[in-house]
Amino acid sequence: MSKIGSVTASISLTSEDLIIAEDLAAGYKDKLVWKNANFAFGHGEFIAIIGPNGAGKTTMFRMILGLQPPINGSLRIFGKPPSRGNPKIGYVPQRHLIDSETNIEAVEIVRLGLSGKKWGFNPFSREDREAAYKALESVSGIDLAHRPLGVLSGGELQRIFLAEAMVSKPEVLLLDEPLSNLDIRRETELLHLINDAVAKQNVTALLIAHNINPLLPHLNKVMYVANGKVATGKPSEVLTSESLTSLYGVQIEVLRDPHGNVAIIGVEEHHGDVPL
Amino acid sequence: MSGGLIETLQQMFSYQFMQHAFEAGTLIALVAGVTGYFVVLRRSAFTAHAFSEIGFAGASGAVLVGIPPIGGLVLGSVLGGLAIAALGRRAANRDTQIGIVLAFALGLGLLFISNYKAYATTAYSILFGEILGVSVQDVLLTLAASIFILGAMGFMYRPLLFASLDEDVAEAKGMPMLFLGTAFMLVVAVSVSFAVQVTGVLLIFSLMVTPAATSQYLSRRPQVAIIISTAIALSAVWVGLTIAFVTPYPVSFFITAFVFGLYLIVRISRSLIKPRKLKASEEQPILVSQSQVG
Repeated sequence: MSKIGSVTASISLTSEDLIIAEDLAAGYKDKLVWKNANFAFGHGEFIAIIGPNGAGKTTMFRMILGLQPPINGSLRIFGKPPSRGNPKIGYVPQRHLIDSETNIEAVEIVRLGLSGKKWGFNPFSREDREAAYKALESVSGIDLAHRPLGVLSGGELQRIFLAEAMVSKPEVLLLDEPLSNLDIRRETELLHLINDAVAKQNVTALLIAHNINPLLPHLNKVMYVANGKVATGKPSEVLTSESLTSLYGVQIEVLRDPHGNVAIIGVEEHHGDVPL
Repeated sequence: MSGGLIETLQQMFSYQFMQHAFEAGTLIALVAGVTGYFVVLRRSAFTAHAFSEIGFAGASGAVLVGIPPIGGLVLGSVLGGLAIAALGRRAANRDTQIGIVLAFALGLGLLFISNYKAYATTAYSILFGEILGVSVQDVLLTLAASIFILGAMGFMYRPLLFASLDEDVAEAKGMPMLFLGTAFMLVVAVSVSFAVQVTGVLLIFSLMVTPAATSQYLSRRPQVAIIISTAIALSAVWVGLTIAFVTPYPVSFFITAFVFGLYLIVRISRSLIKPRKLKASEEQPILVSQSQVG
């Protein structure tokens, strides 16, 4: 258990931290998804969340967004408990492609990321459109502005969704599997765009991914969610056979190839049902 | 058709019932063009149709107890709208449940109307529309409803577009999704009730769906598409009323024929000049500067 200590000890709480969790647990009425999560993320950090399907990665986002209350422990964001609709959080949900019949130009959905919450009829606001074009520019998507959403490819849509999330200048960015269904070239391109946005605007980005390897060069921290537990820390500390084995109580191997790529072996796909 | 168009129009507008028909028809086309855009965007066409048939039960029930059909129409479709909204999000796409309720509502309407053989013409006009029988009171009531509906749509425009286009993000941003869904269902219910005066219960799609579906092929900008959708609905009502005036055939037919013809023309010409969809391998690569790589 001392190894868990070394993982969590790397987190030192400071007033600078944007997102702080202490002994946090997530779940529903009669089902615990994970528990004992401790972490603190500061300005401009890039954090990857990895783990098997159904382990509760999206649940983490739903809690930060204020869509789901913690069942134990505390979670604070910007010094307060999460509340739904916080304008300082940008969110790109995991989703399937947009209906191919949707013949609405891409810049429209970006613009709605800025003014979609406003009541009253003011569709021709110049500032909105200019901000939307700027956001599109920041994701190299200016040439997509007037293309219909329904014909965009997966990678192009992810850039549009990223612009939609970034247009309101958030301090925290939550990205749920933006890299899935992208080929390696497009994965690399999107990752550079995200990293660039994080660096330029000092955004704290949390990104859910299946494959940690393309992310490793950019990451400050990694959060590993599996079997009802959450390990958080620097990739070099968390992603070791010793720390994961002692945390999960079963033998877990972290293999590294000469290029620094890692593979995690030993945690089975798990869908909740954690003993309380 | 003897005489020029001008003379025909002069003659047409000399009749008070034709004036009322144009007034009510114009208002309804405006409302149907605007709300119809969101009905199509949200894939709620079937729901709109269900409202009209639940409204039929309400209207025939109203005839049974001796109140104007429009009262029963509004009451029936508003209750239907609340019920569908109460089923929760994405309920508007629950085809099976809506179909089950719709069939029962139509049966109920049949029961009500069958008790009163004398009202067979009423049943016919509810089912297929009777814009030529609109009274001054009907026009004023339609005007009040139109102001309410267009005001509500203007107020909800951006949040409704956001919620329709990107439900998950809109919800995460704290939009009141249940309120929006319910408010929109009520607006559609009231719009459908009034549009039934023109098209009848069975032909409601011709004003609520076809113009908006056509307009989505013609513009990628929602505001422009809404204007086009409204223009199509307006033209259909005006052309339909005019042709029906000089021929012995019903207005509703000409409205359905006009919008369907236009839809066909737009779809066919679009498929002929449709831009080729790029394959993934043909996409423009994103330029990533050297400073970003690394």
